[in-house]
Amino acid sequence: MAGKTLYDKLWNAHLVKERDDGSALIYIDRHIIHEVTTPQAFEGLRIAGRKPWRVDSILATPDHNVPTTSNERASGVEGIEDPVSRIQVQTLDDNCDEFGIVEFKINDSRQGIVHVIGPETGACLPGMTVVCGDSHTATNGALGALAHGIGTSEVEHVMATQCLVAKKMQNLLIRVDGQLGDGVTSKDVVLAIIAKIGTAGGTGFAMEFGGQVFRDMSVEGRMTVCNMAIEAGARAGMVAVDQNTIDYVKGRTYAPKADQWEAAVANWRELVSDDDAVFDKVVEIDGSTIKPQVSWGTSPEMVLPVDALVPDPAQEPDPVKKSGIERALNYMGLEAGQKITDICVDRVFIGSCTNSRIEDVRAAAEVAKGRQVASSVIEAMVVPGSGQVKAQAEAEGLDKILTAAGFEWREPGCSMCLAMNADKLGNGEHCASTSNRNFEGRQGYGGRTHLVSPAMAAAAAIAGHFVDVRDL
Amino acid sequence: MKSFTQVTGIAAPMDRANVDTDMIIPKNFLKSIKRTGFGKNLFDELRYLDEGLPDQDCTGRPINEEFPLNFPRYQGAKVLLSRENFGCGSSREHAPWALDDYGFRVVIAPSFADIFFNNSFKNGLLPIVLSDAIVEQLFQELYANEGYELAVDLATQTVTTPAGENFAFEVDEFRKHCLLNGLDDIGLTLQDTDAIHAYEAQRKQQAPWLFGAIGPE
Repeated sequence: MAGKTLYDKLWNAHLVKERDDGSALIYIDRHIIHEVTTPQAFEGLRIAGRKPWRVDSILATPDHNVPTTSNERASGVEGIEDPVSRIQVQTLDDNCDEFGIVEFKINDSRQGIVHVIGPETGACLPGMTVVCGDSHTATNGALGALAHGIGTSEVEHVMATQCLVAKKMQNLLIRVDGQLGDGVTSKDVVLAIIAKIGTAGGTGFAMEFGGQVFRDMSVEGRMTVCNMAIEAGARAGMVAVDQNTIDYVKGRTYAPKADQWEAAVANWRELVSDDDAVFDKVVEIDGSTIKPQVSWGTSPEMVLPVDALVPDPAQEPDPVKKSGIERALNYMGLEAGQKITDICVDRVFIGSCTNSRIEDVRAAAEVAKGRQVASSVIEAMVVPGSGQVKAQAEAEGLDKILTAAGFEWREPGCSMCLAMNADKLGNGEHCASTSNRNFEGRQGYGGRTHLVSPAMAAAAAIAGHFVDVRDL
Repeated sequence: MKSFTQVTGIAAPMDRANVDTDMIIPKNFLKSIKRTGFGKNLFDELRYLDEGLPDQDCTGRPINEEFPLNFPRYQGAKVLLSRENFGCGSSREHAPWALDDYGFRVVIAPSFADIFFNNSFKNGLLPIVLSDAIVEQLFQELYANEGYELAVDLATQTVTTPAGENFAFEVDEFRKHCLLNGLDDIGLTLQDTDAIHAYEAQRKQQAPWLFGAIGPE
């Protein structure tokens, strides 16, 4: 019998029941919730007279709507200027209070982006099933967990039953071997993967990232990669457990304590794909060939190495793709054949569940140190992913380096990744952004997003246009 | 949940690949705490020429006359025809809510993003996968014939064109059953309460650290 993949093992360990029709009930260990995708689920519970099955499986925090300026943040929920945002955050507070759910409220020092606080507090652990009404939940797969986004109906379903109705996905292995060059980061790796397989390349698959590049990568770097599995179409991305994973988890607030630690570690060490495991599909990439990446279009697959030229639709034979390129160039205000490094940036955003952890802030600060944001850049902001990241960065003096260079240092939240709060792009503005989606209007009406790594974003802020961070 | 048996209605084109959920319902409108009322903001940034605000009355807003859903011939459409990877991007269930609230009951495309596909079934919106070639044919027929209607029958799993041509589509047995009968997923799962308790008891034995770590402070 063939060996099992990491996904097979996680699936089998959580199987409550297989139904005759091919669907299954999967047990959910951890449910993270935020203010945007839960109000209707709580309302559903109330209407049906139901209660959460296991309150201790749920952790809540507001992140999408929270303001990131210290002024607006100072008076908590009351201080949120946008009344619609305020109601949504207040509704999460009220629902959590009503049902007895632990919530890191807006000005709790542990508040942050759901996908940052899950791993950082130890609420999300290896071997868990983790869900959240948010497609970037796959971030937690970096710990060797089965983590994916769900819709609001499923949020209600998981709260009411502790289970998800699911169908087993296929297994996809993305193997990146070799060694990354200097200045090439986890973000460049995942963007290069999406460029290769496309935004639908992982549809229907659970995606495991394997190979030397991921073995060498920090756990935070793995989170950046797994975070964007959904941008390659896969609901779940994951990396096998190794010593790095175990070291990362140890000592975190909700991680197993002394008496349970050894048993947990023994269990987690099994969370690797067997040598003879069979994947339905394997994609191989040579890590040494990956360069710093910049997205030029309006889909995450529209991404190129920084030294490339903006594509020419005339060269594209497929009519649907060709019109997609034409529409993207038009929206982005770019010319076919233009150098990526000739694209000027109006704003810079370093943050989001993809790139707002301490290593990301360090990478940005390293580039910013002793330099100045270009005068042509309207605003360059760094938004830490959580209160803990913020405190750590400040303890290391990174905030001082960044503000001295002309960056703004903000309070934690999703911020300009999707612009549900006041942080947004103006119409037609180009942004070097460390977030995950460059869809039309994503960061503000008419805004033009270019996805890059934190180092590349900081370098663009300094130069006023995209530059190869390796040339600095 | 709203049931779905059969629908016959005008088909409207969304002739592009990778229609994302930000496009379907932009983030400004996700601040609502309700499930309804998203239809007027469906495809907001394509449909109107100005920036939309939540809770805004859209009747006086400038319309993008070049956007197909604004063409008189597609008013009242119930079937949306699109290209590959429809519904990619975020997990927002507001996307199927908006399509449903606008009046769509069916989306036909060569492929769908997983989460959108799943969310649609929970809301009585039927996503149908047909091959590239068939979708291309439907686009051609739709463009050539004003008032082009498609008939969709879930029980027989067929899409029928005005000329009487039938195309079969696949659908999961469980999802079909729920949709045909408008069944509540939660109610069905709770019939397995014993199995869930049994699993939970065994899991507690094997991995006790998964329980009770988060609690009242």
